[in-house]
Amino acid sequence: MKKLIIINMLVFLSMSVFSVETNDDSVKHSPENSYCFHCHGSPTYSYNNELQEQIVTKRMNPYYMIDSILFYTSNHKVLECLDCHSYDYKTFPHNNELQMEPLPACLDCHEGDDVTANFHFEKIEQEFKKSVHFIKHPKDFTCFRCHNPHSYKINVRSNENIKETIVYDNNICLSCHANINKYQLITSNKNPNIIKSHDWLPNQIVHFAHVRCIECHTKTTNDVLVAHQIQAKNKAVKKCVECHSKNSMLMASLYKFQAKEKRNLLGFSNAAILSNSYLIGANRNYYLNVISGVVFGFVVLLIIIHVVLRILMK
Amino acid sequence: MKEKIYLYPVWVRLWHLYNALLILTLIFTGLCLQYSLCNYLVISFNVVILIHNVSGIALSAGFLFYLVGNHFTPNGIYYHSVMPGRFRRVIKQFRFYSYGIFKKEDPPFPVSRERKFNPLQKLSYVFVMYIILPIIIVSGFGLLFPEILPLTFLGVSGILLTDLIHITSGFILSVFLVVHIYFCTIGKTPLSNFTSMINGWH
Repeated sequence: MKKLIIINMLVFLSMSVFSVETNDDSVKHSPENSYCFHCHGSPTYSYNNELQEQIVTKRMNPYYMIDSILFYTSNHKVLECLDCHSYDYKTFPHNNELQMEPLPACLDCHEGDDVTANFHFEKIEQEFKKSVHFIKHPKDFTCFRCHNPHSYKINVRSNENIKETIVYDNNICLSCHANINKYQLITSNKNPNIIKSHDWLPNQIVHFAHVRCIECHTKTTNDVLVAHQIQAKNKAVKKCVECHSKNSMLMASLYKFQAKEKRNLLGFSNAAILSNSYLIGANRNYYLNVISGVVFGFVVLLIIIHVVLRILMK
Repeated sequence: MKEKIYLYPVWVRLWHLYNALLILTLIFTGLCLQYSLCNYLVISFNVVILIHNVSGIALSAGFLFYLVGNHFTPNGIYYHSVMPGRFRRVIKQFRFYSYGIFKKEDPPFPVSRERKFNPLQKLSYVFVMYIILPIIIVSGFGLLFPEILPLTFLGVSGILLTDLIHITSGFILSVFLVVHIYFCTIGKTPLSNFTSMINGWH
């Protein structure tokens, strides 16, 4: 046992020397994490097999591989692996029973946390508990099904990155709903065909590129920035005018961040949407409406005068 | 009594009726889309889109038929305008509509076998049929296939620009329609021009 510990120490020491560091200089990388990333950050890992008396190289289970670059640019970059995972993982080979350990939930850290208070994690939890995901699969569904704690990065919304936000957020949904292997971890249902089930949607490609799945599939509230109450499919928004109207629903969801400051830009209703896409029925221009109303009214008035004069001069 | 002239051949009358019905449908559905009026109607937004799209394609086909018809029949000649004095003739016709008509003056350019349209009609029809309609058709196809449009043009969304062109042309067409229908009441009797478009005789 003593020998094993010494080997482990040597392996860990070599890892700290040879481990690949990330490109994000703003975070001081934990040396402890480097030990973990030495194996879990690459497709292969090596250890000294005492029985064979040789260094053995094996392939890392891809599901246990963590991208250190993504980790060190994620919201959890300041954490150490062992903040969430058992301290016993310091020992190699890891004890198999450790796989059964219950992992902390988001609220274990974020509940009452002043730093993340404006994200209202408690309210997100309440919304999530009412979501179709949790109602149908209460034991299987946790935050981590959608938000990978090793890479999750909150998107600061701006007009510059809104399209990246849409792709990022939609990929969260598609990681299960367009991936039969992950989808069937939870359900035996057939994987839904997203393209086919959205056949009814005009200009499907344009919609998929310009709005997020959650725009139509969640119930928006004022309490949280991003709605988490995913609705059952029969409750999804199907009425086009919910978005394609003067009071576009998108102003309360995708464009919530920009909604306040840009509502009346150049006289366009729902002007915040305009920087990225144009929504028929939603982006009406106030000035054009007034001009067209005046012109049309003037023409009708001229016709009325003409008619009256024709009658009077008969 | 003045002799009747057979001025509107069957193909022109059929095309005119077809075009009129489609234009009315397109204006109505266009307004529904622009102002989300289907909120108040029984038909849903996507059905309105479908009707608008199908009518637009049908209108485009009709427009092609009209161009071919005008090219291969004498009807196209009525749209040709002689350059010298054109502006003066338009002013003369405008003066008639705004003044002379009330003084019981004779129309300065009466309808004949050689002249179906007066100069003002000719100008407005050429403007609507050869400028506005092609613009509305091309911009309509751009909105039907938004992926072919440039993402941005001079920093403005390509779809937004195309839509502004489309709705502005649509508005001009709507104003033309109202004026066109009203001016059709200026005939021998208020209904005589409408009858002509049914039986072909002026």
